[in-house]
Amino acid sequence: MDITVNGQQRTVATTTSLADLLAAMNLNPQRVAVEHNGTILSQADFATTTLGDGDKLEIVSFVGGG
Amino acid sequence: MRITVDEQPRQVECGCTLWQLRRQCCPDADVVVHNGIPTASDATLSAGDRVVFVRRHSTDAAAIEQMLRARHGDKVYRRLARASVGIAGVGGLGSAIATALVRAGIGRLIIADCDVVELSNLHRQHYFIDQIGLPKVTALRQTLCRINPHITIEAVNTRLDADNIAAVFAGVDVMIEALDSAESKAQLTTVWRQQQPDTPLVAASGMAGYASSNTIRTRRVMHGLYLCGDGTSGVDGGTSLMAPRVAIAAGHQANCAIRLLLGLINPDEE
Repeated sequence: MDITVNGQQRTVATTTSLADLLAAMNLNPQRVAVEHNGTILSQADFATTTLGDGDKLEIVSFVGGG
Repeated sequence: MRITVDEQPRQVECGCTLWQLRRQCCPDADVVVHNGIPTASDATLSAGDRVVFVRRHSTDAAAIEQMLRARHGDKVYRRLARASVGIAGVGGLGSAIATALVRAGIGRLIIADCDVVELSNLHRQHYFIDQIGLPKVTALRQTLCRINPHITIEAVNTRLDADNIAAVFAGVDVMIEALDSAESKAQLTTVWRQQQPDTPLVAASGMAGYASSNTIRTRRVMHGLYLCGDGTSGVDGGTSLMAPRVAIAAGHQANCAIRLLLGLINPDEE
């Protein structure tokens, strides 16, 4: 199935969770803020959020320093 | 005829001169700015002229207000003076952002941090040798009050978490994330967007090292969330933070906050 991540289309397996997607993108789940179809998700929900065809994700990944 | 004095409209008689106007409005002014140009000689006023009187040696609230109003214009001055901004973290980013916003004339700042000033902060953060050991929010409030003692600064010496962020920053018009670790940036961003979806957040990521200044930019990454930085230059790879790039990112954040407050961008644009 196809999803859109940060405006770019991406093909993933049908049972992909958000945690799986972050791992595939090599992103640390503790260093991202994620909007899934317009809803901001808590980090605790990443593993239990299953992605569906046509889903839209905005993933903001942070690096340290301030 | 109608002119403006200190950005406020005023009716004066035809033939009125600058010096007559000074006697009426501000007899102790030591600088007179006529249509944008400081002048030392009297002149007859014309309709539409703009005159600003500056009392260089006065620092009371009225003098600071007059100075800000004269420079920003009445509309911008009033919007900033009644604005409230929250800053989470007052390290390199937050101390520079707070300084810029106080100088610009923001009326109320809430600053929160749990650290104390250490020697290792002084290479990039807006603190001084004689402030080492003080809570950062206490030291920063001291410094900000030296710039403008008449604004409201709420200094909150606490560790921010999901349970206290909304309460600490209640009522702000714009929220600024200026924390240090990637994990706390991600957490604050998530919590703020969940709990305060109608108040824009200006966050930062990627300002370590000394790569090109021009890679640091401001972009809207989701509804109500602006991200300043180059997105990639973190401290995690052992790169140190240096004052110039941190200040550039801080300047982006402070300017983004001002643009939001002035209604130049809305949470769904840019």
